Amino acid sequence: MLSRRILLPAAAALAVFVVLQTAISAELLNAYQITILTYACIFVTYALGLNVIYGYNGQFSLGHAAFYGIGAYASALVTKIVFQGNPLSFPLALAAGVATAAAIGYLIGLPILRLRSDYLGIATLGFGIMVKVLFDNADKVIPAMGGARGLTGIPKLTSFAWAFFAAAAAVILVRNLIYSSHGRAIVSVREDEIAADAMGINTTKYKTLAFVVGSGLAGLAGGLYAHLYVFLHPSNFDFLKSVDVLMVVVLGGLGSMTGTIIAAVGWVFLLEGLRIVLPQEFLDWRMVIYPLVMIIVMILRPRGLMGGIELGPLKPGKVVRRLKAALVPASGKEA
Amino acid sequence: MDLNAQIVYFLQQVINGIQLGSVYALIALGYTMVYGIVRLINFAHGDVFMVGAFAGFFAVSVLGLSFLPAIILAMIVSMVLGVTIERLAYRPLRRAPKIAALITAIGVSIFLEYFTSLNFVFGPNYRTFPRPFEVTSWNIGGVAISNILVIILGVSLFLVVALQLFVTRTKVGIAMRAVSFDHDAARLMGINVDTVISITFAIGSALAGAGGVLFAIAYPQVDPFMGIMPGLKAFVAAVLGGIGIIPGALLGSLIMGQAEVLTTGYVSSTLRDLVAFGILIIVLLVRPTGLLGKSGVEKV
Repeated sequence: MLSRRILLPAAAALAVFVVLQTAISAELLNAYQITILTYACIFVTYALGLNVIYGYNGQFSLGHAAFYGIGAYASALVTKIVFQGNPLSFPLALAAGVATAAAIGYLIGLPILRLRSDYLGIATLGFGIMVKVLFDNADKVIPAMGGARGLTGIPKLTSFAWAFFAAAAAVILVRNLIYSSHGRAIVSVREDEIAADAMGINTTKYKTLAFVVGSGLAGLAGGLYAHLYVFLHPSNFDFLKSVDVLMVVVLGGLGSMTGTIIAAVGWVFLLEGLRIVLPQEFLDWRMVIYPLVMIIVMILRPRGLMGGIELGPLKPGKVVRRLKAALVPASGKEA
Repeated sequence: MDLNAQIVYFLQQVINGIQLGSVYALIALGYTMVYGIVRLINFAHGDVFMVGAFAGFFAVSVLGLSFLPAIILAMIVSMVLGVTIERLAYRPLRRAPKIAALITAIGVSIFLEYFTSLNFVFGPNYRTFPRPFEVTSWNIGGVAISNILVIILGVSLFLVVALQLFVTRTKVGIAMRAVSFDHDAARLMGINVDTVISITFAIGSALAGAGGVLFAIAYPQVDPFMGIMPGLKAFVAAVLGGIGIIPGALLGSLIMGQAEVLTTGYVSSTLRDLVAFGILIIVLLVRPTGLLGKSGVEKV
């Protein structure tokens, strides 16, 4: 049975959606503002994927943008080639993006998840750069992918509603996964892989599971991104895009869904807000202010804004809380 | 192409690879020393390299200095920058989770890139680096060897040997190795850990500055974003050779240089990063601690 703890915030989220959607329908917001709102929702989905991999499972990834890109290209190709731009097929195109990203996540995850901490980060970084090079050269094999010229002619199918409900579905999925027994196994790998192994947890299986779920969410976000901006270029999925999302997950607080949501939305709004607030001649300062904000937040709150704390319906249930209380000294140590 | 021409072509590529690898080595040394001592991937290192190249640029074009004073000036500027970054951004996070320092390093990197692209600093455009000496080249059996190659190789080898001697033979070098082994034990032995870390950043950044000038002489162009790719590749080279190991950084860099140049020469320049990072992933899977790294059981 759903308690009030879940129903009230769900109703609040729905209310926020209704207000924003009404504003959009009544044309109170311009196209640019709608795009930013939609992109914020996409970024939440994208960042939640990395939070599963790094925040909850502790597997350091510097190549998350590769899966974002794979999802984007796969779903764009499905829409363009298979369905010839038919809007009714949009869910299928998104599903294709998720499936491709998750499948490649599985194939890559199996060998490289044996690596630990920084070495895994470097291997995923290398993978991310390799995927970008492949996108750059893909037109030699599949001309429709456009290579370094970019993939054009994607129909604009992503609306605010699509992005919002995709993000909501991602939140529900991650919440239910993390507070299930599988989720506890995933978190135990982060806390201490050797101890988890000794307790009979199949660490390889759970590392791969987290990696596949995280890659799949990135693929979903990628598919939405492709059909929002209707143009894909390999440079949209370079190393800096992996860094952006890592930064959002860390700034929000590792292993906190609330933190990821706040940081993802905050990050998109900060970057776009500076564009509006700064006078024309200081527009170049935007990219100077943003790393400074990042450095200051890290120095003041090294564990991120939320530091592993959840709010409202994202808080763990009674059983998990009781278990956590028993484990307090183990959590929060260095990754 | 007949066989003879093919051999000459191959040797020429190898020579070009050595030149590129030597520059990577100077950057990789800074990465490997800093990682060895504070276990931090110092993403801002590539940007210290960029600032070094610009310092060399202004030394040559504005101050009219010759090669040696220009490279020394660039090393000093980078050294000051590296130590300042460590003091302001990394030291407050010494006891924080490692990821906080890493994100800060990325923040410093983005800051340096975009701050220096502002018009009153360096500006966002490419600038041509004036060569501080005449370029001559000798033809040895059809293979062209320029004085640029000789200078780059000479400077890099000199600095690598000097660094290796410094780390193994001097008191400060021994202190460095002690700190990289165990911060707390080193502190108990009376070593001032903060000073040793500052010295490490100073040396690593100075080497990156030298690398920046040499890179700009070999590929005569400077811009605020020039540090990103060489920085990443040098780091990969350090990992390839075994991070924390000075000869490993040199070996890894030479391999990266060859991989890149040979792919460009024989396959396609657009695929060179694919090969370079492919080698990295394979080496990591087979020997996670790098080619010269000691494989050991991770302590719990």
